[in-house]
Amino acid sequence: MTEIIDLVLLAMLAITALSVIFIKDLFTVVMLFGIYSFLSALIFVNLDAVDVAFTEASVGAGISTVLMLGTLALTGRKEKSSSRQTILPLLVVCVTGAALIYGTLDMPPFGDPNNPAQQHVAPRYINDSPREIGLPNMVTSVLASYRGFDTLGETAVVFAAAIGVLSLLGLPKQDRTLIQSGLKSHLVLRVVAKMIIPLIVLFALYVQFHGDYGPGGGFQAGVIAAAALILYALVFGLSVATHVVPPKVLKILAALGVLIYAGTGVVSLFLSANFLDYSVLASNPVAGQHIGIIAIELGVGITVFAAMLSIFYAFAGQAERKNIQ
Amino acid sequence: MNFIVEHYNYWVVVFLMMVGFYIVISANNLVKKIVGLNVFQTSVFMMYISIGKVTGGSAPIAAEGITTYSNPLPHVLILTAIVVGVATTAVGLALIVRIKRAYGTVEENEFEHKEELI
Repeated sequence: MTEIIDLVLLAMLAITALSVIFIKDLFTVVMLFGIYSFLSALIFVNLDAVDVAFTEASVGAGISTVLMLGTLALTGRKEKSSSRQTILPLLVVCVTGAALIYGTLDMPPFGDPNNPAQQHVAPRYINDSPREIGLPNMVTSVLASYRGFDTLGETAVVFAAAIGVLSLLGLPKQDRTLIQSGLKSHLVLRVVAKMIIPLIVLFALYVQFHGDYGPGGGFQAGVIAAAALILYALVFGLSVATHVVPPKVLKILAALGVLIYAGTGVVSLFLSANFLDYSVLASNPVAGQHIGIIAIELGVGITVFAAMLSIFYAFAGQAERKNIQ
Repeated sequence: MNFIVEHYNYWVVVFLMMVGFYIVISANNLVKKIVGLNVFQTSVFMMYISIGKVTGGSAPIAAEGITTYSNPLPHVLILTAIVVGVATTAVGLALIVRIKRAYGTVEENEFEHKEELI
């Protein structure tokens, strides 16, 4: 059964991707990309990667789509037809594709438990991590503890990307005039948004603090919390949203998250262990691991939230400025 | 038949990767190029997750009575890659917005020869 679902979903994914090539209306392209992301999320669930599916659904389908639409608002939604030749790219793609297909013939069979990828570090994570770290969710254990250094790097990349976007576009100024914008005249949207925004924030907090036991964690929680405020900004207008969460605060929060993460590592250094070795944070190693993981997941959540929201502010601020002109 | 089932995922991955690649090299519009880049990127994610799948396995969250789990390591790598991917996409889109402001167009063939404008 799993195989059939896999077969159908992957075929749908391929068709969606293919249609992107032929469609000239960029709004449709972006919407198709949203569908593509949701389909990928479904495939990830089917392939047992629940944490990844969660991230893909919130990040790929949510934030990416919003940012692309924000760009389209500034650059126009029609792709101009061009006289560019398509034969050479097609040839390059066919040759590369054929070489890659030839390469896949040597790949070990899909799903076989004896594959090389299943033989090396994975058994250790699967067998020992629930005992060593004390968390049922192995993905969180590996993400936050075994490969904590790696995740610190990823958090720093998100922070750096936020700095990059802000230095390219700049944050909107927090003005006191409260220009009417957004979709405030739509009664249904306003009422529904008011009802679901608190629930989204609550869900984000649940994902943040329950990530040790079920799918979820700082990355997903940060994005979901940012999505709640993005919805708020879309419905009630950017200037109202910047009053609720001022851009200045976001700048501090983005740095604070990375600081919490790295600070946890430094604390464990001072307690005479390795950087990001949480075992020494409490009297017994398992409790220490738990404290460390909660701390760094909080850091990740704060940075991702602040980075995503400030990136959205930057794009929305540009669009607003264009509308005024 | 067995051979097809065993390699189907990888073939779709290659197909998606090539679709993304084609969009990146043939599209004239920069926003579309970014979409292509994302399609390419997702195909790599799909590849990793396919490698980590174990037939009959369960999601890697320890529970009573489950003995086979899929490999958690690719999940960790891809989870963070997705978030980093959207962050880099955002930087790319911000660059497009600046290009639009500087040249008045996001069609590649229209601003190629406009270097003197900057």
